[in-house]
Amino acid sequence: MIIARVVGNVVATRKDVTHEGQKILLIQPIDLNGAESGSTLLAMDGAGAGPGDRVLVVQEGWSAASTVGRQSSAIDAAVVGVVDQVEIA
Amino acid sequence: MYLGKVIGRVVSSAKNEALVGKKLLLVRRTSDDRTVVAVDAVGAGAGEDVYVCRGREASFPFSPEPVPTDATIVAIVDTVNDYR
Repeated sequence: MIIARVVGNVVATRKDVTHEGQKILLIQPIDLNGAESGSTLLAMDGAGAGPGDRVLVVQEGWSAASTVGRQSSAIDAAVVGVVDQVEIA
Repeated sequence: MYLGKVIGRVVSSAKNEALVGKKLLLVRRTSDDRTVVAVDAVGAGAGEDVYVCRGREASFPFSPEPVPTDATIVAIVDTVNDYR
């Protein structure tokens, strides 16, 4: 999983049937200081996240699809949690 | 998944049987301007903004056909809201 920030969303009318009714979030990976780190990606929302939230993102198909309750979905990334706090030992 | 724009197509006559009848489109990835070839699952065309599913899951829209692809256009994008 990676830590990222939700920076927006995407609206698409014509899409794969397994994406219908799902929230598609624009995700910016960040480092532990909160600075942008790497390319933006799209992930399905499996945790009720919204713009500005710091989140956990899985980038593996089986896990991503299972968060939205459908196996065999054409989904390769999903938000699986909203981060409250990160503690560094 | 990642955002991109359809900038062209690829024609291939000699190809894997499972790719016959599939549209191969050139997609410029928005985040880094790299160009990838993706199979179309939604009827996308040149100039359209799309998003692409990558990896094993890219073949799922064609299930049960075992289409050999690691990148598939799974949606035509109407709007991108970037709140940054």
